[in-house]
Amino acid sequence: MGASLKDIKRQSVAVDKTRQITRAMNMVAASKLKAAQAKMENFRPYANKLMEVFGSLAARVVSTTNPLLAVRDPQRIRVIVMTSDRGLCGGFNTNVVKEVEKFSRIKKAEGKDVSIIAVGKKGRDFFKKKLPITGTHVDQLNRFDISLASRVADDVVPSFINEEYDELYLCYNEFRSVASQKPVLMRLLPAASLDSAEGEEFEAVADYVYEPSEEELLAHIVPMYLRVLIYRGLLETSAGEHGARMVAMDNATSSCEDMLQSLTQKFNRARQAAITAELMDIVGGTEALAAKG
Amino acid sequence: MHDELLLEIVTPDRLAFSDVVEEVTLPGVEGEFGVLIGHVPFLSSIKVGELNYTKDNKKTYYLVGEGYAEVTGLKATVLVESIEEASSIAGEEAKEELEAAQARLALLSKDDPDFEKAKKALDIAETRLKIAEKS
Repeated sequence: MGASLKDIKRQSVAVDKTRQITRAMNMVAASKLKAAQAKMENFRPYANKLMEVFGSLAARVVSTTNPLLAVRDPQRIRVIVMTSDRGLCGGFNTNVVKEVEKFSRIKKAEGKDVSIIAVGKKGRDFFKKKLPITGTHVDQLNRFDISLASRVADDVVPSFINEEYDELYLCYNEFRSVASQKPVLMRLLPAASLDSAEGEEFEAVADYVYEPSEEELLAHIVPMYLRVLIYRGLLETSAGEHGARMVAMDNATSSCEDMLQSLTQKFNRARQAAITAELMDIVGGTEALAAKG
Repeated sequence: MHDELLLEIVTPDRLAFSDVVEEVTLPGVEGEFGVLIGHVPFLSSIKVGELNYTKDNKKTYYLVGEGYAEVTGLKATVLVESIEEASSIAGEEAKEELEAAQARLALLSKDDPDFEKAKKALDIAETRLKIAEKS
């Protein structure tokens, strides 16, 4: 007869509780995702406008003095890794971490130094013993605004200017859809002057009077541009995390449901077997009595 | 003639303001400047400071963060990292903040790496209080 009725009952109660939790987490993630997506939506006009101006400036101004555009032989590389603070979101963090690990392996094979700035606990925990970490920002993603991007930028900009490292990359999960996030790795510093092909379309924007000079304006806008890219990474990470968690919890909930169903079947079968056995006893008993009488 | 300028203020969180106004004054890095309709195309960076616009002969004050402004003949687009309406700043609080910033700065020597940061914070606190008093 296998497990007793009581055992099966206990097991299915436990599974049901798990299911309630995963379902609640799924709903929490869904509402957080909605908020995160709204935030992304609201950020878009600002980001687009800034990119446009940065593009048109970078195409016009050939700056040799701006320290943030200085191209050096990239011997020391720094990567900002953006992950979530909490787990239970499927392969979300693993994907980013793997991407960065692959990248650092390639760079190290070329004899270069790689260090990490970790945003989010998971990335920090992963790289703790593997690569030097020069900055961490954890437990921030629950609530953040552009000032978090400023703090991250404050971590990287002065040290770039002081030539403590030569190239800065950013790696985060790009939010494609609820079910799909893809890690992207891009170079932040030295800030790319857009190549001429891209620059042409900006040429026509307008003939502006610049104040201060174009070059100074560019110097002012490059840090803003950097913050925009970092902030976008943060927003995508946060939306992606909730999306990934939603999917992971949805899967967990349906696995729980499958398990519950099979447990119920098992329970019913066991109960039926018990009833049949009892009936057999009674029938056997009455037959024995009848035979006696 | 009743031509009006479209003023748009965009922050990373939202489109903070979008309306037609008669005039707008912006805190450019090279000094405050006013924009009326028909202004030449103009691009300027903005420092932390006071932004005000005139509509129906009434001035409204804001505290804005770093950013830049793009002006064409009919439209002024202001991109700033933060914005606060003067009437939403509590005077008392702003004063306390200013005092705290002054105290912090007093503790630091000029060579301290945090000196610049503290000084900047003090400037912001001062501007904030000044604007709060205008509303």
